[in-house]
Amino acid sequence: MSITTSEFLGSRRLVLKGAGVAALIGLGVIPFGVPQALAAANDKYPEEAFKQKNEADAIKALYGKTAEPSDKVKMDAPEIAENGAVVPISATTTLSDVTSISFLVSENPISLIATYRIPAGTLPSVANRIKMAKTSNVTVIVEAGGKLYSAQKEIKVTVGGCGG
Amino acid sequence: MASSIRVRATSNGDTTEVQALIQHPMDSGFVKDAKGEIIPPHFIQVLTFEYDGKPVFVADWGGGVSKDPYVKFAFKGGKKGDDLKVSWVDNKGATDTTTAKIQ
Repeated sequence: MSITTSEFLGSRRLVLKGAGVAALIGLGVIPFGVPQALAAANDKYPEEAFKQKNEADAIKALYGKTAEPSDKVKMDAPEIAENGAVVPISATTTLSDVTSISFLVSENPISLIATYRIPAGTLPSVANRIKMAKTSNVTVIVEAGGKLYSAQKEIKVTVGGCGG
Repeated sequence: MASSIRVRATSNGDTTEVQALIQHPMDSGFVKDAKGEIIPPHFIQVLTFEYDGKPVFVADWGGGVSKDPYVKFAFKGGKKGDDLKVSWVDNKGATDTTTAKIQ
């Protein structure tokens, strides 16, 4: 009788130990997952963000948060683009602690065009040339001090040319 | 083979302005050729500018960047005669690197 009781207790202890280990593993996974997701925006090519068709999904995949419009983000782009294959767009900001600048075209098959990582000491200003399939809103996102700020402008495209 | 990268980096003593033009098809994977067949995606994914062993600017690109891409930026510091290293890698794993002297 006494043997069976100790056996029972022993196995119960094992179960408790097992549960403890499982809980530790469970806790371990969560803190690992979060920094990896955040780091993706900073040092690795954001593969997932470049697969998203929709603008909001791309911003979410890239930064994991949403942007608020700001008049401190300035976009220089034409009102009308004669050739959608080459649309010159530049962005600059008066915000400080800028870590990245991204360009998105909401009507393109893949919304995210480019994201530029800005290390400390580099000016928060970028010029580039992008493709636009058709008339669309173009969004610039500036990541500054861990927050997202955006500016948006509609550019009319007379000759569509996602690729030209 | 001539480099696919053309860079001009000019220092005004305080900041260095960098302009780069790269020869690359930048095919998005959404365009059809004359036969109606999809041209497979072929675009530069990461373009890095390094000065003094540290990245000063990194571009992550998708297929929405124009063919023969152009980019312009500026960074603080950078002396005339110093090297600026530029390199890219595309979605097929091809790469190219060049080193430009700051003017």
